[in-house]
Amino acid sequence: MFWINTKRIARHGLIGFIRNGFISLAAVLVMTITLFVAALLLIGGAALTSTLQSLTDKVDVMVYFTTSATDAQIQELQKNLTALPEVASVTPVSRDLAIAQFRERHKNDQLTIQALDALGSNPLGASLEIRARETSQYEGIAKYLEVQQVSQTGPGAVIDKVNFFQNKTAIDRLTNIIDTSNRVGAAIAIILGVASLLIVFNTIRLAIYTARDEIGVMNIVGASHWYVRGPFMIAGVLYGFTAALIVLIILYPLTAWLGPDSEIFLGAGVFNVFTYYVDSFAFLFLAIMGSGIALGAVSSYLAVRRYLNA
Amino acid sequence: MIYYDKVSKVYSEGMSPAVQDITLKIEPNEFVSVVGHSGAGKTTLLKMLFAEVMPTEGAVYFGSHDIGKLRNGDLLQLRRNIGTIFQDYRLIPTKNIYENIAFALEVAGKSDEDIEGDVPHVLDLVGLSEKIWSFPRELSGGEQQRVAIARAIVNQPDVLIADEPTGNLDPINTHDVVEILKKINDLGTTVILTTHNKGVVDSIGRRVVTMDQGRIVRDEMEGKYVI
Repeated sequence: MFWINTKRIARHGLIGFIRNGFISLAAVLVMTITLFVAALLLIGGAALTSTLQSLTDKVDVMVYFTTSATDAQIQELQKNLTALPEVASVTPVSRDLAIAQFRERHKNDQLTIQALDALGSNPLGASLEIRARETSQYEGIAKYLEVQQVSQTGPGAVIDKVNFFQNKTAIDRLTNIIDTSNRVGAAIAIILGVASLLIVFNTIRLAIYTARDEIGVMNIVGASHWYVRGPFMIAGVLYGFTAALIVLIILYPLTAWLGPDSEIFLGAGVFNVFTYYVDSFAFLFLAIMGSGIALGAVSSYLAVRRYLNA
Repeated sequence: MIYYDKVSKVYSEGMSPAVQDITLKIEPNEFVSVVGHSGAGKTTLLKMLFAEVMPTEGAVYFGSHDIGKLRNGDLLQLRRNIGTIFQDYRLIPTKNIYENIAFALEVAGKSDEDIEGDVPHVLDLVGLSEKIWSFPRELSGGEQQRVAIARAIVNQPDVLIADEPTGNLDPINTHDVVEILKKINDLGTTVILTTHNKGVVDSIGRRVVTMDQGRIVRDEMEGKYVI
């Protein structure tokens, strides 16, 4: 009997969806707009995350060693830094690599190159390029290095310079921008999400309000709550499914069109909206389709509850 | 047997009771017409029978069951055992005539084979076989009311409640509907009818319960419409 009833409920839901054409169309349109806004929030969130990540990746702290620092001393500091929980990576730059990079940077500056050659030896010390997990953690790492530097003052000093304090203002500003962007992004997502939820719920409630007499008849002939509620929930699921499908279809040409512009706007390699759509299609499909179906079903469930008696 | 035991109903505090201290017994296979002015409490009295309205005081019994104490599943079962028809027909507009009647059978757990046999049969009884695939909006008021009757009797209920079933009908359709109700009663179903139509009550010539301001003021076994 369970399967027979399930089949009948599904049939009634499908029939109601088709025969209440205008109401279904209105509900699907509203849900399409809502899910489209949700999709834009998802994509916008991903763009923001990529942009902030690319900015974060540009920040580092450099520790410059004196020319007398030995490989063992450098490796020990590298090991200690790597053990810090806030440190994401430590990349060593040897003296040879440092001079090679210097020459490459100044290859068009003959005067500087000649001066370097005149010295006869490599004046540059090795260095460590340190990246933190969060931009806000650089200060802590810099303080750790400062303590190391202070403890090694005098002729045997190993650390020559830590560049964090020169860049502190810029890093602090960037940290603020990232924090604010995350907070504003979350606030916008919550406000739009709640507004969308209410719009969809009220649209479906209105659609079910038009069927309140029908629900009354179902009650009187002795239909169980699930037998009354089921077809409306199926119709709600169909609103969500159809709207999600429309949104996913619309997003394809839209992101393809905006892809190159998004890369120009946010920077090459930072974020391409079309690449994101294609690469994250499974996630977008599940998120949009899941939201649409869940919204439709839950809204219908709640809206019908009001008209069920007994 | 249906038994109203000292039943009162007050919809909101401070308002006068819709029905007041009603005691009424209806035996199986009776045809009872309930008459009275608008607001006399007729519809409230009927709604208590299928628990759309619950009494504030007293109890309504269907057989040995106190309707107010039935659990949800038993209440649904009770409703499947009571056919109801209304002045405004209350057909489901998005379903065709076959589906409207089949719905009542589906909720009673009938198989598809039974439904395919019972729906044409009951439509034949009310003379609407040719309208089986029509939608309610394509039928006249009289035809819609006959479909409502078909839906109400398709589960062969013990009781048929008819709340002003002829209120929207012309004399010819009124006559047809009354004849169908009498036929249903002759087949063993208890019929409880509320109406303002003197001609209908007088033509039936059965038990008449007269209500006024929520009370029963007259109860005659072969009564007439007297208000």
